[in-house]
Amino acid sequence: MELSVKILRYNPEKDSKPYFQEYKVPGVAEDWRLLDVLHEIKWKLDGTLTFRRSCAHGVCGSDGIKVNGKNRLACSILLKDLNYKKTITIEPLPAMPIIKDLVVDMTSFFQKYEVIKPYLITKTPPPPDVERFQTNEDAEKLFESAKCILCGCCTTSCPSTWTNDNYIGPAALLKTYRFVFDTRDEAPDERLDIIDNPDGIWRCHTIFNCIETCPKEINITWHISQLKTRLATREF
Amino acid sequence: MIKTYDVVIIGAGGAGLRAAVEIPKEYSCAVISKVFPPRSHTGTAQGGVCAALGNMEEDSWENHAFDTVKGSDYLGDQDAIEVMCQDAVRAIIELEHMGMPFSRNEDGKIAQRKFGGHTKPADPADPYGKRIPVMRACYSADRTGHVMLQTLYENCIKNQVSFFSEYFVTQLLVENGACSGVVAMDISTGEIHTFHAKAVVFATGGYGRAFQITSNAHVGTGDGTNLVYRAGLPLEDMEFFQFHPTGLWRLGILVSEAARGEGGILKNKDGERFMQRYAPTVMDLAPRDMVSRAIITEIREGKGIRGSDGTDYVLLDVSHLGKKVIDEKLPEITGFARTYLGVEPTKEPIPIQPTAHYAMGGIPTDIDGRVLANEKGDIVKGFYAAGECACVSVHGGNRLGTNSLLDIIIFGRRSGKAVAEFIKTADYSPLPKDTEEQTRKEIEALKTSTGKESILNIRTELQVMMMNKCGVFRNEKELKEGIEELKQLKERYKNISIQDKGNIFNTDLMEAIELGNLLDSAEATLYSAENRHESRGAHTREDYTNRDDENWMKHTFITKGNGSEPKITYKPVVITRYKPMERKY
Ligand SMILES: Cc1cc2nc3c(=O)[nH]c(=O)nc-3n(C[C@H](O)[C@H](O)[C@H](O)COP(=O)(O)OP(=O)(O)OC[C@H]3O[C@@H](n4cnc5c(N)ncnc54)[C@H](O)[C@@H]3O)c2cc1C
Ligand code: SF4
Ligand code: SF4
Ligand code: FES
Repeated sequence: MELSVKILRYNPEKDSKPYFQEYKVPGVAEDWRLLDVLHEIKWKLDGTLTFRRSCAHGVCGSDGIKVNGKNRLACSILLKDLNYKKTITIEPLPAMPIIKDLVVDMTSFFQKYEVIKPYLITKTPPPPDVERFQTNEDAEKLFESAKCILCGCCTTSCPSTWTNDNYIGPAALLKTYRFVFDTRDEAPDERLDIIDNPDGIWRCHTIFNCIETCPKEINITWHISQLKTRLATREF
Repeated sequence: MIKTYDVVIIGAGGAGLRAAVEIPKEYSCAVISKVFPPRSHTGTAQGGVCAALGNMEEDSWENHAFDTVKGSDYLGDQDAIEVMCQDAVRAIIELEHMGMPFSRNEDGKIAQRKFGGHTKPADPADPYGKRIPVMRACYSADRTGHVMLQTLYENCIKNQVSFFSEYFVTQLLVENGACSGVVAMDISTGEIHTFHAKAVVFATGGYGRAFQITSNAHVGTGDGTNLVYRAGLPLEDMEFFQFHPTGLWRLGILVSEAARGEGGILKNKDGERFMQRYAPTVMDLAPRDMVSRAIITEIREGKGIRGSDGTDYVLLDVSHLGKKVIDEKLPEITGFARTYLGVEPTKEPIPIQPTAHYAMGGIPTDIDGRVLANEKGDIVKGFYAAGECACVSVHGGNRLGTNSLLDIIIFGRRSGKAVAEFIKTADYSPLPKDTEEQTRKEIEALKTSTGKESILNIRTELQVMMMNKCGVFRNEKELKEGIEELKQLKERYKNISIQDKGNIFNTDLMEAIELGNLLDSAEATLYSAENRHESRGAHTREDYTNRDDENWMKHTFITKGNGSEPKITYKPVVITRYKPMERKY
């Protein structure tokens, strides 16, 4: 089967602005990952095509791209799940500066993640020689949020991010949940203070783009709503 | 440009990050990684990390140590194994205190489950008698490596570690028995930097990408191991490469042993639970080398199932575990089967075949991560290694599942501590002349080459050759053929050219350099494998079918030849309390 793909190309060393390039890729099958197609192009047709990838099975978060208008991981989407008889359009993740082709500069994404103090903060010293206790139920409340692979698909799909660069974004909010709701953490208020501002959680208008795009199928808005409830009910 | 740091750590997987946590704040420490830290390969680990916590049932570190020694087929150094197993409990508790989210048992303690090769005596009064599987693997659903990596990364952020993400290390600077730093390319700009350091730690991971079917990420190209080899330093036990029995058919994506730990069963084409013929007591939970051999044997006897790609597979059945157990304990891996093969594991068995998984061999170190300059035990001043790229050796001929995540936190920490001690008094070793010259020349040569060879062809031929001639079963004829093929591939590599001539984010260039690294890792593996005339652990020779303790209870040290064949010497295995005996399960 021959596949037709249109990829947004941009090499700052050569190009004044991004442009689409179309490739005809022969010999593909519908059970191929889109990443296999990118590799096929890079390895056989055009060695200059540039994208990130590592694990190739949806766990490292390297290859977030925009496919037919939707953010996804190239390695987690098969051709048969796309409308592959028509030309597939591939662009870099939106709302971040392009470094080259599909590679974007994720600095601001990681900065926002660091802002919320993404590490366990405790004041009471842990019990010596044993783990802190936590019920499995409480542990499992964290698992869905801890699944996040920091791919950036959600934050860059969020209309609030598009209109305001400073919006902290769903990924960082999800991470906030991960710690605020950890029964072992002793600084939930510190973190809640960080997100409790106009560029923080209140810029989320529950538009759901983030959930639709998350490759780990995390119910991000549910987690954000838990934080909102917590904020609304917290006592000072 | 020269950057100066007290410590430079290469690799931001579990080993590198755990080492970084140990460097006191008053010293400058840079962590360099070719991918963003949370993208490192440690994040793909699924099943668990073991320690004899005894949270589910009685267990002891001695049980764990015995299993590790036996699992290693008696090639593991027992002093190192004792250090690891004794310290394991503390290390896991520490991770929990750092914030790692674990699955919990009914008492709110860290939950544990069974894993291949982890056992305890059926009768405590008879410690070396019959053994039964024990719940020793601590886990977080089937995302143990993911949350471990995140937790360590988070702790590095807390400690304000300086990261150089997407920097690609191309050269190790060693001269006169001392290490002075590394040379790295900033991937996003193509600029070359020299990192001058008092101490360098390599934590660069494995080289599974030398094989056609592998569970390893694309970045698993053995860069660190190879830079050491090229610097004229030895590599240890490179013939021992583990094939994990259960990779998704065709793709090699791992289906963790946790699937069998939770009760999954391997079946051949007749629906027979064939492991009962190979390992009557522990069956599907036998160590990986044995299960992989069993699968290939079944396939050779015509009891596999022929796939559409012409390769054969067997089946891993978890459907009888029920949807609840599958969704709670194995969500990720069953998701892979669904996404990539369209198989519904709650209803039907998963097609699997062995996949190249883990390098037991690597850069030889002592128990504090100090890199050895030779088999006599001299050390390279200021140079440390930990994790999969290193060989302490705790895994010997065959690693037990969940022992690698343990290895990286134990020996990552120990090297970090040793480095912290070393830099208190150490000075910077002088940089060699023209440090960046070699890297610049290599890059220039690749960019200007008009050769006719492609990265793809050479890499594919290498991977197919390694899979066929240096895989689960090996013999002299095929290994020799492999060596000849490799020589030709290396010759042809000199004529590769790349299409991307630019400076910015040149992944074409990186892949070319990585291929060079794979070729050298393959060289060390093939020569070491050809040389070892016995079967031990993951190294199975069809022409030398027995383990030969009299002649081969020793580690291989291989050093790159200078224009000639590599040189092999040996280092004795350290034996403390476990005398070699036959390995039966
Ligand atoms: C699919 C899978 C599942 C596994 N499951 C388990 C399990 O359940 N339990 C268990 O104990 N073990 C498991 N393992 C094994 C274990 O995960 C690895 O052996 C271990 O994580 C290796 O960690 P590391 O820190 O040594 O290296 P890695 O995590 O591989 O990190 C290597 C680092 O080095 C960097 N690097 C490499 N080369 C360069 C270069 N040239 N320049 C700059 N940086 C470089 C990379 O960017 C990366 O940051 C699994 C392995 C796989 C593949
Ligand atoms: S729900 Fe909130 S975070 Fe998600 S896309 Fe909408 S505004 Fe953005
Ligand atoms: S929440 Fe989902 S989409 Fe967002 S960064 Fe995490 S994994 Fe990616
Ligand atoms: S390559 Fe790792 S998530 Fe796609």
